[in-house]
Amino acid sequence: MRIVLLGPQRRPTLEGVARSLGLAGPGAGGPVAAITAGWQEREPDDALLVTLLEGQAVNLALYRRWLDVRDRDPEYRAGEQRLAGVLAELQELYLLRLDYALQAVYAVQRRSGAASASGDALGEAVEAVRELDAAHLRRVNEARLEFFDRLRPHDRPVIAEHRAEVSAVLADAAALVIAGGHVGVLAEVLHLFNVAAVVRSRVIAWSAGAMALADRIVLFHDRSVLGAGHAEVYGSGLSLVRDAVLLPHARARLLLDDTPRMAVLARRFAPARCVPLEAGTRIDVSADGAWPPGIRTIEAA
Amino acid sequence: MRTLPKLAINRLRERRPLDAAAVDRFLARYPVPIVEGARCTFLYRGEADEVFLVHRIFGLPDHLPLRRVRGTDLWYVVLELPEGSRVEYQLEVAFADGRRERINDPLNPRLAHSPVGSSSVCYAHGHVIPDWTVPDPEARPGSLTDMMVPSRALRRDCPVTLYRPARFRRDDPGTRYPLLIVHDGGDYLRYAAAKTVLDNLIHRLDVAELVAAFVYPGDRLAEYANSAAHARFLTAELLPRLEAELPLAGTPSGRCLMGSSFGAVASLSVAYRHPGVYGSLLLQSGSFAFTDIGNDHGGGPVFEPVVRFVNRFRAAPRRVADRLFVSCGVYEPLIVRNRSMVPVFEAAGMTVRYVEARDGHSWENWRDRLRDGLSWIFPGQQKYFYE
Repeated sequence: MRIVLLGPQRRPTLEGVARSLGLAGPGAGGPVAAITAGWQEREPDDALLVTLLEGQAVNLALYRRWLDVRDRDPEYRAGEQRLAGVLAELQELYLLRLDYALQAVYAVQRRSGAASASGDALGEAVEAVRELDAAHLRRVNEARLEFFDRLRPHDRPVIAEHRAEVSAVLADAAALVIAGGHVGVLAEVLHLFNVAAVVRSRVIAWSAGAMALADRIVLFHDRSVLGAGHAEVYGSGLSLVRDAVLLPHARARLLLDDTPRMAVLARRFAPARCVPLEAGTRIDVSADGAWPPGIRTIEAA
Repeated sequence: MRTLPKLAINRLRERRPLDAAAVDRFLARYPVPIVEGARCTFLYRGEADEVFLVHRIFGLPDHLPLRRVRGTDLWYVVLELPEGSRVEYQLEVAFADGRRERINDPLNPRLAHSPVGSSSVCYAHGHVIPDWTVPDPEARPGSLTDMMVPSRALRRDCPVTLYRPARFRRDDPGTRYPLLIVHDGGDYLRYAAAKTVLDNLIHRLDVAELVAAFVYPGDRLAEYANSAAHARFLTAELLPRLEAELPLAGTPSGRCLMGSSFGAVASLSVAYRHPGVYGSLLLQSGSFAFTDIGNDHGGGPVFEPVVRFVNRFRAAPRRVADRLFVSCGVYEPLIVRNRSMVPVFEAAGMTVRYVEARDGHSWENWRDRLRDGLSWIFPGQQKYFYE
C-alpha cells in the first residue's frame, strides 16, 4: 500500500497531490474515500475537501457512525466509557511518572560534559524514559485488547453493519484520504471500523490523520499555555507507517531551537525517526514501507 | 553609562513660560499616568494643599505625596514600576479648609471595579490585558442559569448561577463534565468576566468543557472563614444535587473548588473538612493569615477563625486534594502568607502550581490568572488537535 504523508492543509496541497496520483482530474481512477472524523461535529463540513478532490470524494462518516454505535448499542457504550476511564487514569499516572523521569534527563543533560560517566548517566536516564513509554503503551494496548475481547465488536450487529458499509466503500475506492483534527477520535474510529484491515488503496493523510497511521501516536505541545509540555505516548495507531513519530505543525508546536530538548526527543523514540510535517511537506512511503531519501528528521545530536 | 531619557514631566518643568496653556497642551498630549519605561508619572491638576497617591502596593508607603510643578496647579509623582505591573490607585486631595477627598484619577479614564467601588488603574510598561478576557465573536457563548438550592446547613435558600458550555450535551451518555464551584460567584461573573473567560478558554481548547456553579455568600465573613455549615452546604447539599441533575464526572479529579481572598480560605477549609471529595483547588490571593508565635495577626476579629484554621493546618498539614493552583499578586500584603503556604501544601503531599503576578489584591488580577489555573486543573484538548 502506497502512503502519502502531508503537512497541515491550511493552504491545501491536496489537489496537486491527488492529481499527481491520478486521483483527480481527467481519467481519475474512481471515487476517493474520505475520513474527516477528526473534525468531530464538523465532520460533514467537507465541501472544500470534495472540491479539492474534484468531486470524487465519498465521506465515510466514521464519526457519525461512531455516535450511532454509541446510541444503538448501550452495552458497548458503557464498556467504552469504562475503558475511557481506565485509559484516562493510565495516562494520568504515566504523565506523573514521565514528568519526574524527564526532569531527571534534563537535569543530567545540563550537568553533562565530556566525561563518560555523565554520558552514561544521560543514556541511562533516557533509557528509563523509553522503558516508561514502552510500559505505558503496553498497558494501553492491554486495556484495549481486554475491552475488545470482552465486547467483541465484530460480533455486535450495529458495529458489524457499519464495518460492512465502510468496507464496501473502501473496496471500490481508488484512494483513502484522512484529514487532521482530534487524533484520539481518529484513532478510535479507525480501530473501531477496522479500516486498516480493509484498506487496499493508496492512502493520503495529513496532520492527525498521518499520526493515526503510525505504530505509535505521540502527543506533543511545547507551546501550550502552561509552557512546554512533555511529549507523551498516547497509544497505537494503525501501524501502516512504522518506526516513525510524526510531528505535524512541528515549528509551531515544538521548541525546535532547543537543541538539547530535541535531542532527548529523538533519542527517546529511536530507532523510530521523529519527522516534522510542516505545511508543504510531502512524503511518499512506498508499498514496502521504504521512505524516500533526504527526509528531514529531528536528530539526536 | 547610558543616561535615561528625560521624563516628560521634567521637560515640562523646564519650559518657559510655564503657564496654564502649556499645562493644557501637556495634558492633551500624554495619557495619564505617563508611562516611560519603568517610570510612571502620576498627575493631578487643581488647587490643593496636598495631594497623595494612595495605593496598596505592599512594600511602599501607602500615601505617596505629589509635588507641585512650580507656578502651576499641576501635581506629580514619579513611581518606578517593574515591567508588566498593574496597579490600582486613587488620589487623596487635601484642601485648605481641612477637607480631604479620596477620588479616582480625573485624568485617567481606566477604572477597575470591585464590590467596594472603583479605582483608577495604571498599566505599567509591558503590561498586556489578555485577549481571552474580552469577548471573542468567534467563541460560542455558554449559558448562565440561576437556580435556588434550599440549604438546611446554612438555614437559607442559596442562589447558584450555573454555567454550561456552548456545546453542552445533557443526553450524550459519553460526555461527563468536570465541575468548578466558584466562591463569590457573582463577583467573579461581574468583576472577573468569568463567563467571557470560560467561553474563550473553552473555545480555544485551553480549558476542558466544564460546568461551573457560581455560589453566593450570605454572611460572607462567617461562611467563608472555615465554616462547617458552609462546607456541609457545598458537599452534602449542592454537590449531590448537581451531580444528580447534570452529566458531571462525579469523581474527585472532576471537581474543583475555587475562590479568592476569603473565598480561597473557604475552598481550602471545605476540602479540609471533606478530604478526598475535591481533587483540585484553585486558590487566588488566599487570606491565609497565621501566626508563628502569639496572637497578633493584624487582621482584626474577622480573621480569628481563619487564623485558628490556618495555624491548625500549618501545624499538621493534611492532604485535602490532589492538586492546588495557588496564585497571588506580589503587590499585596498576602504575598508573604501565600508564599509561606506553598511548601506547607507540598509537604502534605499535594501537587502545587504556584504563580505570582505583578498585581494587587484585585479582581482583574484574579481574572488574568484564570487561564493559568483552569488550563492546569481542567486542561483542554489542545494537545489532541492537529488540524
